[in-house]
Amino acid sequence: MTAPIATPEIPAQRQNLAFTLYPYVKSPDQEAVARRHPVVVVGAGPIGLAAALDLGRQGVPVLVLDDNEGIGEGSRAICFSKRALEICDRLGAAGPMLEKGVVWNLGKVFHDDRLLYEFNLLPEAGHAFPAFINLQQPYFEKFLHDTIVAVQAAGAPIEIRGCNRVEAVTPRTDHVALDVMTPDGPYRVEADWLIACDGARSPLRGMLGLGFEGRVFEDNFLIADVRMTADFPTERWFWFEPHFKSGASALLHKQPDDVWRIDFQLGWDIDRKAELEPARVRARVDAMLGPEVEYELVWTSIYTFQCRRMERFRQGRVIFAGDAAHQVSPFGARGANSGIQDVDNLCWKLKLVLEGMAPERLLDSYDAERVHGADENILNSTRATDFITPKTPVSKLFRNAVLDLAATQPFARSIVNSGRLSVPCTYDGSSLNGPDCENLPARTRPGSPVPDAPVADGWLLQALGGGFTLMTFDAEAPEVIKAHGVIVRRLALTATGNAALQARFLGEAPAAVYLIRPDQHVAARWSRYDETAVRAALARALALE
Amino acid sequence: MTKPLSGPRWPARWRWSEPMLTLTPNLSNPDESYARLIAAHEELSEAESHAMNARLVLILMNHIGDERVLAAAMAVARPER
Ligand SMILES: Cc1cc2nc3c(=O)[nH]c(=O)nc-3n(C[C@H](O)[C@H](O)[C@H](O)COP(=O)(O)OP(=O)(O)OC[C@H]3O[C@@H](n4cnc5c(N)ncnc54)[C@H](O)[C@@H]3O)c2cc1C
Repeated sequence: MTAPIATPEIPAQRQNLAFTLYPYVKSPDQEAVARRHPVVVVGAGPIGLAAALDLGRQGVPVLVLDDNEGIGEGSRAICFSKRALEICDRLGAAGPMLEKGVVWNLGKVFHDDRLLYEFNLLPEAGHAFPAFINLQQPYFEKFLHDTIVAVQAAGAPIEIRGCNRVEAVTPRTDHVALDVMTPDGPYRVEADWLIACDGARSPLRGMLGLGFEGRVFEDNFLIADVRMTADFPTERWFWFEPHFKSGASALLHKQPDDVWRIDFQLGWDIDRKAELEPARVRARVDAMLGPEVEYELVWTSIYTFQCRRMERFRQGRVIFAGDAAHQVSPFGARGANSGIQDVDNLCWKLKLVLEGMAPERLLDSYDAERVHGADENILNSTRATDFITPKTPVSKLFRNAVLDLAATQPFARSIVNSGRLSVPCTYDGSSLNGPDCENLPARTRPGSPVPDAPVADGWLLQALGGGFTLMTFDAEAPEVIKAHGVIVRRLALTATGNAALQARFLGEAPAAVYLIRPDQHVAARWSRYDETAVRAALARALALE
Repeated sequence: MTKPLSGPRWPARWRWSEPMLTLTPNLSNPDESYARLIAAHEELSEAESHAMNARLVLILMNHIGDERVLAAAMAVARPER
């Protein structure tokens, strides 16, 4: 469909790699005539790695192509949400993330030199994972890659090829052809299905001539990660119009390894090169931390932010995920966190389609559900960005009125928006949702992610795992149901003496039966087991209807 | 599924009901209240007055609370375009 990019530069190893993980090795494919692979993933960022891990663990052969040989330096994402960690846990990668990450709950919001108020994320008790951890993105990616290496050793069919840059994609009726450039020259591969995880600038999107509509925020943010041993507390500090004048807003947030994320809002008309001069950056940081604090600049960068998405995430046999499909401003930590949820939503569907157990239109539900998720994230991060960087004099007037009132009036604190932190989305209205049952709690209605809870030998989400599950609470049901070629395993639970299960899944009801999808979202629920109803709901969740 | 979100979404149960914004006379002492509003701005600079008005809107908005009433009030207040 598209011609190869004009100048076929040879992909070379990027200079600043935090970790070299998949050095270039010549593949036999390069000598062959366009070998066919069931799934090719383009891009080994966090989303491409998670997709490869999810598919590979389920036995689906997956080839990942990346134009580098590892993870670039510089942190980008630092806040990883509970749902992203739960998904990584299903993928076997969350342990080291939790161990390395910094857990935080407290936040402080300042205006000028005034502390307006403090907030506590107050995580609900009875979850395996905290609301958030802070972890540098390269570690997050490294832990995903470590897990890939471990499952590869156990036979998972995952292959990652470094220095393999995709230069053209040609969609055909039953496959996609890819032109790939390597240090040994070009070659061709074919994919039954292509997952494009090639980031916000997505060359694949461009090659297919697809749009990426949305809003650009006319503001620049200077990110400085500094290493220091100062004992600031492990809290999120956010300043509107800080007295130290280093930016129109500022953020200070702890990461592992004594590194702190500092973020200054610089405005639109700036000289980016001059602002990145170390002396200039230091002047701003000094003003914030005080001249006596010693620190080392680990990484600096200037960003502008966009909120936008593709109109459709599925384009025939090419499926977009992560930043390639949607981009948000970082206020609210919804970028990588939502990309991980894309993977969670997509991989089980793709596996069933590849195995012929579900029709291709099951993948249209990926599009519908994750577009819904992206819209929710875009709405939230657009609102946060508008509050942080008011666009008109009157919006600034109201913003500052909110901040003034917030110092004394609790109601105004609920309006202050320095980022509504990422929470998973509920697929209300999805075509995969089956019947709901009155009287059961709203938070676990069809489409919602199953909330974690303590169970006899650990945690509910760990007990659920990654297949279709019939979760019964004080209700009878067969241990295994086979229908439409799929096996549904029963997870028998009792809410007796378990207040968390009672509140999250039963409410006032004495018993309930839930059909859970492989991505741990509720498909349907009933007051008791009924074989016909479960078979019908399963058919619906497989898009067989 | 759902359409791209533009404005806030209304819960279904609100959609067909009449907004309950009071536009009939409701002040117990209109002259007194109006004089108080004007007096509250005395000796404020224009910028201070605008800031005060903004705070006042937010306080009253919170007092009203109901999204439908607020939306109806904004629609009445906004000049036609
Ligand atoms: C300052 C900042 C702070 C952020 N903070 C957070 C946060 O706290 N929490 C959060 O969840 N998110 C955050 N984000 C967002 C997060 O960084 C992104 O959402 C995330 O990196 C997206 O991952 P990805 O895998 O989709 O894309 P990327 O990480 O961009 O990966 C794309 C990959 O594709 C490869 N590639 C590109 N083109 C080709 C090609 N033609 N051939 C082969 N390979 C190719 C690239 O080399 C790269 O490895 C932040 C972002 C920024 C900028």
